[in-house]
Amino acid sequence: MAEAEVKLLGTWSSPFVLRIKWALKLKGVEYDFIEEDLQNKSPLLLKYNPVHKKVPVLVHDGKSIAESYVILEYIDETWKENPILPEDPYQRAMARFWSKFGDEKFLPSMWKFFISQGEKREEALVSASENLKILEGELKGKKFFNGETLGFADISLGWIVDTVSLLEEIMELKMIDEQRYPSLSAWMKNFSDFPGIKDSFPPQERMLTKYRTLREAYFATTRGTN
Amino acid sequence: MATAAKGVVLLDFWVSPFGQRCRIALAEKGVEYEYKEENLWDKSPLLLKANPVHKKIPVLIHEGNPICESLVIVQYIDEVWSNNPLLPSDPYERAQARFWADFVDKKIYECGTRLWKLKGEAQEEARKDMIEILKLLEGELGDKKYFGGETFGFVDVAFVPFSAWFYSYETCGNFSVEKECPKLVAWAKRCMERESVSKSLHDPHKVHEFVGHLKKMYGVE
Repeated sequence: MAEAEVKLLGTWSSPFVLRIKWALKLKGVEYDFIEEDLQNKSPLLLKYNPVHKKVPVLVHDGKSIAESYVILEYIDETWKENPILPEDPYQRAMARFWSKFGDEKFLPSMWKFFISQGEKREEALVSASENLKILEGELKGKKFFNGETLGFADISLGWIVDTVSLLEEIMELKMIDEQRYPSLSAWMKNFSDFPGIKDSFPPQERMLTKYRTLREAYFATTRGTN
Repeated sequence: MATAAKGVVLLDFWVSPFGQRCRIALAEKGVEYEYKEENLWDKSPLLLKANPVHKKIPVLIHEGNPICESLVIVQYIDEVWSNNPLLPSDPYERAQARFWADFVDKKIYECGTRLWKLKGEAQEEARKDMIEILKLLEGELGDKKYFGGETFGFVDVAFVPFSAWFYSYETCGNFSVEKECPKLVAWAKRCMERESVSKSLHDPHKVHEFVGHLKKMYGVE
């Protein structure tokens, strides 16, 4: 049997890997998924991403590409159907800007809120909520961050759709409610309903257990400190 | 005062390596622009309006549209002005360029900050990290003229502003970049032969003086 020309090294739960799965699906690209154990990194991972030793890594015709944004742009430039990035340079800059915001500001603030306790938790909630308001403001009136169809920024921010709901369930707290965030709430539904998106979501029960366990571990290490 | 709807404006801070990336890219493309120096301790209404999310420089304002984040700006410049392309045309080569520019972004500034801000064991760790980071970059450069190969490119633009900080890193960390990474030092010298770079970067001693001010501000030493 011929070896698949496209391989994706990843883990079942990584939101960074998930965005690559979505992009490949949108483009109709067939690939082999290789599940990596990050506690016991394979020689393959170390070979294909010697610098960061992280997932996701895309391997195309034996050549490896690492870092999820770099991979997304590569996918968009290599397989031309269903473009992820718009054509206009300013719109492209906006897409890149909001993707960075999601990863560098919103994700850490959300995570901090999830694992914090006491006073730090209150501060973290303020920060995460501010970031949500910013995203709500950017989305206002649009179906997707990309406009009428799903694009680069939506794929990059898509982790919000399944992950935030999970964190909300564990924390027993609704963060993205329709009243305060009508555009974001609508976007979450639009994104989720887009063909090919939902089927790639990792198994929710398994994710719940994973995040619950992680949270408890963080609480255990900070017990007695604030 | 009427503000130009068209034209190019760069909101920047003299010593910022991130701002310098944009200056270098604009110069490489021969784009005329208005440079506006920001006081980061007293940010202008224009900056706060142009970058309400991060309130940081650099910001490129082109035909009234603000673009933020230095590598996003450099890619925008490369796409709008197609002469002297900074990114190669092959998708895999472009991916490699983006990867290494991202590597510079993730590693250098953070490690450099630890080098001047911290003392003792933490500073020693920062020194080790910086040498490792520089060696990795030197490995990627290899025997090429530039990171972009024969032509000055995206990674060169992303990294060369930090060469003006080498002297400060060396002094704070007590090591020699020339000794650890001679190819990088040679590369930096070649880049400085380009007017776009020499006109954008500041004297390393001036940079180190600035670091001295930062140290005072943060109560270091």
